[in-house]
Amino acid sequence: MATEPLVVLSNARMHFGSVRALDGVDLSISSGECVGLIGHNGAGKSTAVNLINGGLTATDGDVTYTLPDGSTATGAAAARAAGVRSVFQELSLCPNLTVEENMRVPQRDLTGAGWRKRARVRIAAALDAVFPGHGIDAGAEVGDLSLAERQMVEIAIGFSDGPVPARLVILDEPTSSLDAGIAGQLTDYVRGFCAGGGAVIFISHMLGEVFDVATRIDVLKDGKITDSRAVGDFTQQGLIDAMGHVASEAAKQAADPNRIGDEVLTTDEGLSARRGELVGLSGLAGHGQAAALARFYLARSAGRGQVRNPDVCFVAGDRVRDGVMPLWSILRNVSLTALASMTRFGLVDREAERALGADWKKRMGIRTDDMGNPILSLSGGNQQKALFARALASSADIVVMDDPMRGVDVGTKQDAYAMIRAEAEHGRTFLWYSTETEEVCQCDRVFVFRNGAISAELTGDDINEQNILAASFEMQGQTS
Amino acid sequence: MTIWKAPWFWSWAAGALAFAATLLLTDGRNGGDLLSAALTFASFSAIVGIGQMFVITLGPGNVDLSIPASMTLAGTLSLKFMGGDAALIVPGLMVALGVGFGAGVFNYLLIRLLRIPPIIATLSASFIFQSIAIWSNRGLRIKPPQSLSDFTTGATLGVPNLALVALVLAVIAWVILDRSIFGRWLSAFGQNERAARLSGVPIEGVRALTYIGCATLAGLTGFLLASFSGGAALNMGTEYLLVSIAVVVIGGSSIAGGNSNVPGIWGGALFMFLIVSMLNSYGLGAGVRLIVTGGIIIGIVAAASKKGARA
Repeated sequence: MATEPLVVLSNARMHFGSVRALDGVDLSISSGECVGLIGHNGAGKSTAVNLINGGLTATDGDVTYTLPDGSTATGAAAARAAGVRSVFQELSLCPNLTVEENMRVPQRDLTGAGWRKRARVRIAAALDAVFPGHGIDAGAEVGDLSLAERQMVEIAIGFSDGPVPARLVILDEPTSSLDAGIAGQLTDYVRGFCAGGGAVIFISHMLGEVFDVATRIDVLKDGKITDSRAVGDFTQQGLIDAMGHVASEAAKQAADPNRIGDEVLTTDEGLSARRGELVGLSGLAGHGQAAALARFYLARSAGRGQVRNPDVCFVAGDRVRDGVMPLWSILRNVSLTALASMTRFGLVDREAERALGADWKKRMGIRTDDMGNPILSLSGGNQQKALFARALASSADIVVMDDPMRGVDVGTKQDAYAMIRAEAEHGRTFLWYSTETEEVCQCDRVFVFRNGAISAELTGDDINEQNILAASFEMQGQTS
Repeated sequence: MTIWKAPWFWSWAAGALAFAATLLLTDGRNGGDLLSAALTFASFSAIVGIGQMFVITLGPGNVDLSIPASMTLAGTLSLKFMGGDAALIVPGLMVALGVGFGAGVFNYLLIRLLRIPPIIATLSASFIFQSIAIWSNRGLRIKPPQSLSDFTTGATLGVPNLALVALVLAVIAWVILDRSIFGRWLSAFGQNERAARLSGVPIEGVRALTYIGCATLAGLTGFLLASFSGGAALNMGTEYLLVSIAVVVIGGSSIAGGNSNVPGIWGGALFMFLIVSMLNSYGLGAGVRLIVTGGIIIGIVAAASKKGARA
């Protein structure tokens, strides 16, 4: 039975609009296997996970599960019946419930009198099995647990006994908040679990760990599996090369050395930037880049006199959360930051505002016949142009950009790159966080983040995908 | 824009309807008196309503529940200060505004420093304000100076003086909301506080000024109401808690924040008075009157929010 695949993805495709998150993936996982799934941001890891656990339905192609009785089936219910469990990196426990109450969320059979007691037995058994000596009380409220303890509970729930025993457990960055000792307990358990006939998909940015636990490594790149070998056939460097693009080095525009001037900012993390410089922030998503930018912006924009003559301005990438004023016209959205400098006795100079709007409509190429139209009448790319205009229309010399090209079409991107270059020529400094390595490679200097800290500072010809990837992933057991 | 698409249209239409229904009963007599009374009483609602509107514009969770207590405290302290002396009218007004200002600062500090939700902060602050009013009042009913009393009950060119005061304030509020940088910031805050902060809007300043402005208007209303009704009473503000919120909502301002209008406040204030006088003149008892009023408010809000959802 060890040869029977638990899950088979055949030519699975997942498209979100025009974005091809997965573009024809063939993958099969049999019992006894531990598959390390690795790839850079946006390679399609999360989408693949969600296809396998039934959270998403493939646009095209099949996801087939083998049920415990040997028959095959498809669909989300089949995923549950086949014993597919997922443990997410972004903790999904409810902080206001106890550990045992959280068991009830995935395990629907915990009903009727005494369900808490049964849940307690299950979770305690799983915690004891995976993390011997864990010291977690199943009656404790999750909000009172440390981050590591929460992650341990989350993992234990994934492996716990239930209505359907766990047969395939997907671990998405399971060790991101565990220390080495606890992580070691997990990898030991995973090895035992697979030896006992279970299967695991292991996703981690700690390559050493992947090498330690996986029996096979599949590399995802641009929505496709580009390499799949037994773990012994890979080296760490070979893996990093496999993740990167194959020599697509576009001739980089030679930076005018006179453009870059004196240092204009430094932060506690060690970020620094000089006048006229494009400074990139890179690394895997969620490793502290956005938080560092937000901290810097908030600290630098709070002082007196910052309202009329700001030092810094901000271009949001998460438009709904951080940028767009949904009730307003395009004009009002564009003028918001610069408006404070266009007032007389506190009243807005509406003539000046209109002129500013017309100017930036032309400069950014915002596609509308009237800047008085609602902002929400614009496409996402054009809304983003309006947010660029909002920041650039201010007098601020430092522009903070939090992944501003998210969900923006290629044409708009090219326009924006050109605009950023031009503004830098005029002495503006850009702090540019991007999840796209290709964008970061446009910068004069790049800081790579890992686990909330800067792991590398790259300049000049050192800025390339290989080096950024190497600094994004932890190289355990290797001297750097 | 066609007029019935304006957010304030329905409050004015409902007010006119209530007015007409009342006149129907009296065959059109006493229309002038009814209008004059409506303008006078609506003035109080309009002034506190303007303040509440600014607060509600800040977005979900923002509301000033201390308006009644601020009114009472300002009315009590200012009348006590004047002691019926006409020479002290202007300083007395300053006392009332100062009390309101102080109440606003107190509210804001509770919200800011202790990070208490505004609804709890202003409610608990109102207990403190009310207690101070009780403590300083001690059952005394001090009459306002005669000239002040005459002003608040009088009229100029047939328009009640109070209505003129409230009208001037409404115009100022409209300029602030629609033409000033503060109005822009307020609307940005109400739509998306985080995005406003990231766009350089001084959000703490906006929040502070809004709560302080609201309480100051409540203080002014307390002063005018106490002078109008011949003295401050400890329960004088009670009905203005519901009214201040109702006129904002009926007036078509968005409860979700970010989108407000001043004409609607006046429409809502007139309607709130006229609906009560209509039910009165049809001879309905107090209980029925309250139920019908509540029902109508719910109806208007439901209709208005549906309209918004479709648009």
